[in-house]
Amino acid sequence: MPDTSTEVIGQAPAATTNAPKGGMVKRVRGLSDRAIAWIFVTPTILLLLAINIYPLIWTVYLSFTNYRANRPNREIEWVGTRNYERILSDEGVWENLQRTAHFVTFTMLFQVLLGFGLALLLHKRFKGHGLWTTLILLPMMLSPAVVGMYWKYLFDPQIGIFNYLINGIWDFGTFSMTSEVGLAPWAIIIVDTWMWTPYIMLLCLAGLRSVPDYLYEAAEIDRASTWRKFWNITLPMVLPFLMLAVMFRAIENFKMFDLVFELTSGGPGNTTRLASIDLKELAFDRWQTGRSSALAIILFVTVFGAMNVFVKLMNRVKAR
Amino acid sequence: MSAPKVLTPTESSTQLKWFAAIVVIAYAAISLIPIAWIFMTAFKGTATAISYPPAVFFDPSLEGFVNLFTTRSRQSAEYLAQLPPPETWWEEIVRQNDQVIAGPSPFFGRFLNSVIIGFGSTFIAIVLGTMAAYAFSRFKIPLADDLLFFILSTRMMPPVAVAIPIFLMYRELGLSDTHAGMIILYTAVNISLAVWLLKGFIDEIPREYEEAAMVDGYTRFQAFRKVVLPQAATGIAATTIFCLILAWNEYAFALLLTTNRAETAPPFIPNIIGDGGLDWAAVSAGASLFLLPVLIFTLFLRKHLLRGITFGAVRK
Repeated sequence: MPDTSTEVIGQAPAATTNAPKGGMVKRVRGLSDRAIAWIFVTPTILLLLAINIYPLIWTVYLSFTNYRANRPNREIEWVGTRNYERILSDEGVWENLQRTAHFVTFTMLFQVLLGFGLALLLHKRFKGHGLWTTLILLPMMLSPAVVGMYWKYLFDPQIGIFNYLINGIWDFGTFSMTSEVGLAPWAIIIVDTWMWTPYIMLLCLAGLRSVPDYLYEAAEIDRASTWRKFWNITLPMVLPFLMLAVMFRAIENFKMFDLVFELTSGGPGNTTRLASIDLKELAFDRWQTGRSSALAIILFVTVFGAMNVFVKLMNRVKAR
Repeated sequence: MSAPKVLTPTESSTQLKWFAAIVVIAYAAISLIPIAWIFMTAFKGTATAISYPPAVFFDPSLEGFVNLFTTRSRQSAEYLAQLPPPETWWEEIVRQNDQVIAGPSPFFGRFLNSVIIGFGSTFIAIVLGTMAAYAFSRFKIPLADDLLFFILSTRMMPPVAVAIPIFLMYRELGLSDTHAGMIILYTAVNISLAVWLLKGFIDEIPREYEEAAMVDGYTRFQAFRKVVLPQAATGIAATTIFCLILAWNEYAFALLLTTNRAETAPPFIPNIIGDGGLDWAAVSAGASLFLLPVLIFTLFLRKHLLRGITFGAVRK
């Protein structure tokens, strides 16, 4: 602790000439804790109400109408739940949701394995680990739209480098990652994993660094095995950070748009048509704002429900 | 840590360090190939960029950068012959392709918009986010868990869906296609990430620190500023980088909500058209230049980022 008395005198000379001590002081000077809590939280809440909740309510309203954003002067007609009925009875929508779930599951799986693994290795603090950490972060600093467009170039069977490198390891002949039905869903998973593994890695690293040394020292005295130390100390301490990282990436990937839109635009066929790409087409190519709003609400409720469960799980892990 | 040469429980053996280093460097090398390729292609020139097979060795050219910053028009050989000789090196590069410069491209303006909007919104999100995270971490706020989930849930709406209501709202408020409007929007997008991450970091700082400071005569606010903020520097640095990366690279809102005045670079870069298709050299040049500010900023904060959360040693 720094010696505080001199600084305090400099700031509030009238009250603290004799540096009074004790709990009473808190109430006498400065703002109360309650006032500070309000002052600190209110701007955030107000901003989110204005920019997120207001449009959300608007979207809910539009989802019950036949509104078309390209014809703002047409009278808005209330259509009840028709938009919802049409979407939920559309098989294409269910397929898109399945594709989105496939994308989210596999990107999360690969990114957690790679990201956590790399964090454990970097935590060994070999010489130059700081430099390598920074270098590994590079892919996530790029713009997802640029990344999507660029990987299209890298994946190109003629002018791209990806096929040359792969065929250098094992000769697969000519193939195109982005225009073959069986490969395209994995192409978007590869690119997303390449881009965002560093994110999971960095948060895991933060978690690993927060583990206090004395826990390992105590385990050493107990002659615990390496595996037991990992299972009983490292994992529980890192898990909250890992889950936080997964939660944010999963939400982002549920609404994944930019990267996949530039990479495959949903093709070939509909094989990489994720929910948000569907949404963009409904809203901005076919201008069916009412229906796209209904789809958006359905997506929102799905993610909301899934994340609600996930956060409860996370709180339980933290409480342990 | 007092006895040299004897491993403490948190130190690793030399073999383990070697193994870790080799695996990490191998991963880094593979994952950096596409980035290296972007930097290389930026200097390839338009024709070499689409050569078949892909060129690894080539004569460097600044054509990509020239094309990135200019718009050009193709001219007939007779017209070019009667022009005075090119005055600058960039005109020379353009002339070699039978073209003349028609004017500057929008890239520089887009880039400037990205700087204003990206850094502006990140700064506000971090200031507001730190305050809210501290309040959630330290005070009894009614329905705190629900409020936190509310903050998180604002992130779950796809931008494509909220773009229309936001567009309508911004039109009423006169905020559409303005820097202020985009800064407010990106701040709102990022603040949930900031609050959740920072709360995690601030939770790790022992309360005893502030309590001790307050016993010594600090007000709560002074304790927050002088005790908590320095301790949370690592977490704030990491969060700032994440927020900046997201705001800097945001695409969907920029594509749907801005047209000219406030349009940022991400919708522009992947669509730089050359003769018969994308101009890959110019796209690569744009992507490389656009990466630099975030990269420099990250290197600048690297010390904070990698210093590690050192509370471990002092934690109760």
